[in-house]
Amino acid sequence: MAWTEYLTPLLQGAWVTVQLTVYSTIFGAILSFAFGIGKLSPNWLIKAVSVGYIEIFRGTSLLVQLFWLYFALPVAGQAIGLDLRLPPVVAGVLALSLNIGAYGAEVVRGAIQAVQKSQYEAARALNFTPRQALFGVALPQAIPEMMPPFGNLAVQNLKDTALVSLISLGDLAFRAEQLRNFTQDSTTIFTLVLFMYFGMALVLTALMKMLERFVGRWRHASN
Amino acid sequence: MLFGIEWDTSNELIFAWSILPILLIGLWVTIQATVLGFVVALVLGLILAVLKGAPSRIISWPANVICEFIRDTPLLIQLFFLYYVLPEYGLVLPAFMTGALALGLQYSAYTSEVYRAGLQAIGRDQREAARALNFPSAHTFTHVLLPQAIPRIIPAMGNYLVSIMKDVPVLSVVTVLEMLNVAKIIGDRTFDYMVPLSMVGGLYLIMTLVASAGVRLLDTRLPKQGLPLK
Amino acid sequence: MTDPIIKFDKVGKSYGSLKVLDGLDFEVKRGEKVTIIGPSGSGKSTVLRVLMTLETINDGVVYVGNEPLWHEQRNGALVPAGEQHLRKMRQQLGMVFQQFNLFPHMTVRRNIAEAPVKVLGLSRQDANQRAEELLEMVGLADQANKYPHQLSGGQQQRVGIARALAMRPKVMLFDEPTSALDPELVGEVLNVIARLASEHDLTMLLVTHEMRFAREVSDRVCFFDKGQMKEQGTPDELFTAPKEQRTRDFLKAVLNG
Repeated sequence: MAWTEYLTPLLQGAWVTVQLTVYSTIFGAILSFAFGIGKLSPNWLIKAVSVGYIEIFRGTSLLVQLFWLYFALPVAGQAIGLDLRLPPVVAGVLALSLNIGAYGAEVVRGAIQAVQKSQYEAARALNFTPRQALFGVALPQAIPEMMPPFGNLAVQNLKDTALVSLISLGDLAFRAEQLRNFTQDSTTIFTLVLFMYFGMALVLTALMKMLERFVGRWRHASN
Repeated sequence: MLFGIEWDTSNELIFAWSILPILLIGLWVTIQATVLGFVVALVLGLILAVLKGAPSRIISWPANVICEFIRDTPLLIQLFFLYYVLPEYGLVLPAFMTGALALGLQYSAYTSEVYRAGLQAIGRDQREAARALNFPSAHTFTHVLLPQAIPRIIPAMGNYLVSIMKDVPVLSVVTVLEMLNVAKIIGDRTFDYMVPLSMVGGLYLIMTLVASAGVRLLDTRLPKQGLPLK
Repeated sequence: MTDPIIKFDKVGKSYGSLKVLDGLDFEVKRGEKVTIIGPSGSGKSTVLRVLMTLETINDGVVYVGNEPLWHEQRNGALVPAGEQHLRKMRQQLGMVFQQFNLFPHMTVRRNIAEAPVKVLGLSRQDANQRAEELLEMVGLADQANKYPHQLSGGQQQRVGIARALAMRPKVMLFDEPTSALDPELVGEVLNVIARLASEHDLTMLLVTHEMRFAREVSDRVCFFDKGQMKEQGTPDELFTAPKEQRTRDFLKAVLNG
């Protein structure tokens, strides 16, 4: 096969990769905010659950988490009489989201804690409720600080999607291995695939930079 | 039968206890791969950092691009690349070595950044003092800059050590018998994935906590100004 | 009504072993303009912060408008106040901070209008109108759409004053409002405060090092030292003929420096 013939299956795989990245990054972001804020909660139960989630998903390997969701969960389901078999797509997106959500939660927490205490005092003096202060004053100032680390996490997530190929999900890595099996043309295929991931990463980085500028536009207002 | 043992999966606890020794063997492989990968990352990262910081653009620019390329591409693909492509050019390594090399390569991109940041943080004064005393550059680097840089970079490097450990399971795709691979094989044979995989998760948590605590301890033990040279 | 609008009754506050307020008895009458002076650590800022509910107290009772601030009446006894009670009491007070503490992510107009909308329930339109009137009053009508970082320190502090006034408090607290400003910018802020003092019967409690200003604007000046009020009087009384030695020492050091 000429290398151009590799492109069709690889691009199909790349499209799956893109979708996986988008879904898991978005779900991951939601989890990050939920548990990052949760870790700061005065309610000890919410805080404990948040800390537990963060420690477990940051402290264990993503592949272990993925395999656990895909292989182990059904076994537990059998024991309690529920069908907990997850399709590869669900297991994949779930594992990726949970994993990146835990790392993102620490970013969210750190950024919120970095907001100056004096801002909270000003909010309190104006009689804002703690919730109003968190969402109206602290979070808008924290979010621009979160963007650079979030950019890194997004690219990391893109790279991590390759692991779902190991549960037979048809992403770029899966297609690459499939092709290699068929054609034995390792060098060409993997070089091509590396460049495709690189390209996707560059695009993702550029998008995150744009998001970073958008979120921090009040900082860039000039006279 | 696996590894010559009949397994009794009827009771969860007995099962868990019986597979623990084998998982620990897998853990030992994981640890070895982690350490070897880390060492490779430290060495390659240093080389990469020096190249990136070279005054000549002909050297620094490609080094930067290569570093970015390694950072932005998945470990899995890099591993496949090394595993399948190197033999075609005559370099046949055991799977374990290839795995450690891939880990080291991927993380060298990160460690080079840590080196660069750590060295920059030391400040020009030290370099100027060394030049005033007429130290040759290499000597300045090894006896003045590096000993001061090392305490600063320990936390970041320690974090990457832990990250490498969490990436070791990827090596299972090239048949390295690290912990996850062992657990999966047990699951394949006994149809009970829950116990082995959960144990692996638990072992990872313990390892992460121990390693993180170890890094913190090392951080407090090392003098902040630099490694003492007598 | 001749009851004092603010009353500190044997109030004590400590940070660990450090006594910041020590059995403090202190009163402010309605509509009075009072300035507190004293060395750092004397507790003057703490008085304002306690009033603004930013700090708790360890002993004694603080009254605002005849009701306890940090306590509430429950079955005839005084118990520590819950958040509901604090919110109700906080309505009566407004504060201007040394570091302005404007919200950097909001325009000037929004900084002022936000609390009226979120806390007082005004419509965005009404709140914006109130904001613009206040901006007019502090001389910044044309800066409504700017962000705080685009403004000078003096301008930011004037916005801070407008922001506090937007909540229509009965008592305005000024915590060293010009201490963080470059000297050229101090005047514009002091002018606004002076106009506020002369044109409104707002109760004002001011902590400042600007002695000449304190003299002009205040009905009464209090000298604090080590968590207690050592002396008080009209500006003339205190500045020209202080009774306490400590007051004399302090004034000599400050006015000659």
